[in-house]
Amino acid sequence: MNSETRTAPLSAVPDQAVGAAAVHAVDLVKTYRPKGRGKARPEGVRALDGLSISVEPGIVFGLLGPNGAGKSTTVKILTTLAAADSGSAAVAGFDVRREPDKVRRAIGVVAQKSGADPVATGRDNLVLQGRLYGMRGAELTRRVDALLERFDLADAAGRQVKTYSGGMLRRLDVAIGLVHRPQVLFLDEPTTGLDPEARTAMWEEIERLAGAEGLTILLTTHYLEEADKLATRLAIVDRGRVVVQGTPDELKGELRGDALAVELSADAADELPVIGALGSVDGVRDITLHGRRVAARADDGAAAVPAVLAALDRIGLGVAAVTVARPSLDDVYLRYAGRSFSAAESTSVLEGAGR
Amino acid sequence: MSTAVVSDTWYMTQRQFMAFLRQPAYLIITLIQPVIWLFLFGALFRKVATIPGFGSGSYLDYLVPGVIVMSAVSSNMWAGMGTLEEIERGTLNRFLITPVRRSALMNANVVMQALTTAFQSVIIVLLGWIGGAHYPGGAAGLVVLIVASSVLGTIFGAFSNALGMLVRERESIIGINTFLLLPLTFLSSAFMATTLMPHWMQVVARFNPVNWALEAGRSAMAASPDWWSVFSHGSWLVLLAAAAVWLSMRTFRSYQKSV
Repeated sequence: MNSETRTAPLSAVPDQAVGAAAVHAVDLVKTYRPKGRGKARPEGVRALDGLSISVEPGIVFGLLGPNGAGKSTTVKILTTLAAADSGSAAVAGFDVRREPDKVRRAIGVVAQKSGADPVATGRDNLVLQGRLYGMRGAELTRRVDALLERFDLADAAGRQVKTYSGGMLRRLDVAIGLVHRPQVLFLDEPTTGLDPEARTAMWEEIERLAGAEGLTILLTTHYLEEADKLATRLAIVDRGRVVVQGTPDELKGELRGDALAVELSADAADELPVIGALGSVDGVRDITLHGRRVAARADDGAAAVPAVLAALDRIGLGVAAVTVARPSLDDVYLRYAGRSFSAAESTSVLEGAGR
Repeated sequence: MSTAVVSDTWYMTQRQFMAFLRQPAYLIITLIQPVIWLFLFGALFRKVATIPGFGSGSYLDYLVPGVIVMSAVSSNMWAGMGTLEEIERGTLNRFLITPVRRSALMNANVVMQALTTAFQSVIIVLLGWIGGAHYPGGAAGLVVLIVASSVLGTIFGAFSNALGMLVRERESIIGINTFLLLPLTFLSSAFMATTLMPHWMQVVARFNPVNWALEAGRSAMAASPDWWSVFSHGSWLVLLAAAAVWLSMRTFRSYQKSV
């Protein structure tokens, strides 16, 4: 056993971490070898295939990808639970392989599976967690009380966790992850399995956390809207590697412009005049016509609308409705991963079933 | 061992102990089952004590150590189920992410198994006493019996944990346990003096750890204790317990690698 002393992790911001990336992973590779049964893939499943990310301190960083893309494996490696076959990673300035104990003191984790002891009460779970980080006495009691209050669990604190609703359990999980005031919080699919109401509440909670105390949050999700709403920066992961990263707006901005959808008041007799008329408007392209529906891309959708209406009016076509849509992350995913998000989801479900 | 290991072990044991107390159904079954063994077998085999060569005066006197040891085996051989549940629920991973000393997680299992087995054994001693059993070896004999059954419980608990982490299937644990419990019990002096067994059974019983615990306990509980038998059987038990705990630590490490 090492003789390293336990320091109270309350103001623990190591010098190395200041200014450096909160999470820095380079070329992570991890293969899971099947054990005994299920010899469908004797070579193993390559969960990570050279994944690299860098997360600056104080932001919410989203890892977005379908099930089986390698998000959870990344979290397991970064939280010292699993070891990568190759590549290196540092969290809060500490190497996950060489200094796991320092990493553990600097991070909080909300895993996909709750991990809370269902037979113990909510308060017991929090107190035990604090003790494992060396917190004791009145200071621990105050911290636990504050967390119970903050996550709206004060009334249920004395009840066994198995009586909690899904939303309460998730809030408790987040509280457990925060007891020792970590610098980096990992949220591994925090809203999967929650009902819409509880999901919205969890989103608000994450937004509130993001503003506080310079906490860095690494969030994994397979919900496009969740990544879009919460992440300051995000990396799209597919088949064990990052296919693209940036801010949600940057990623969507890289798609060529907004989607413009025009609904005509009557069927156009011929498509050529429509395409000609719209093509003459500056910045509008990729025009297609299906019956009454005209779809096009525009560099600045909102600005193009009056000119589009005027152009259609000139050739005598009335317009029933116009909508302008910013590109969605789904479009981004399609472009970089080469398949649509929902298609990737269903493939990985099939792959997962064989495991 | 550093103080952190001791305090971590204490907190993890406390958690398991609270879980034990908070599940009254489990607690009650742990207490009722030995009662059933005691009175069922006590009534069924009462006449056995009259067989020439059996030795003991009352069958209840003879039966108490048997039930204690059988209960130690049957309650601890399910330990792997709890471990499996902790793995599946994500509780084990939650602890592995904290700075808790790894050895504390396994220590807590061992301490908990030994404590609950000792507790259960004391209850059976008291029940036997209420039922009219005599303990000629006095307190020292009873202490040896309880310690021996706790060590035996640790052996089966550790093997069960190792099995749970290796195969990760409830069915395997259930299968092996139901397969092992009765043969191991009947191939020992739990219900029948070994001198009355067929020769081959006597030979097998000599290598049966369940019988080691019984021999150690019975030798100490006799009116004139045979301390050499206590020592030799006790040593084998402790050695096997060390091996079992070592094995469960190894499988624990292999679990960590497979995460």
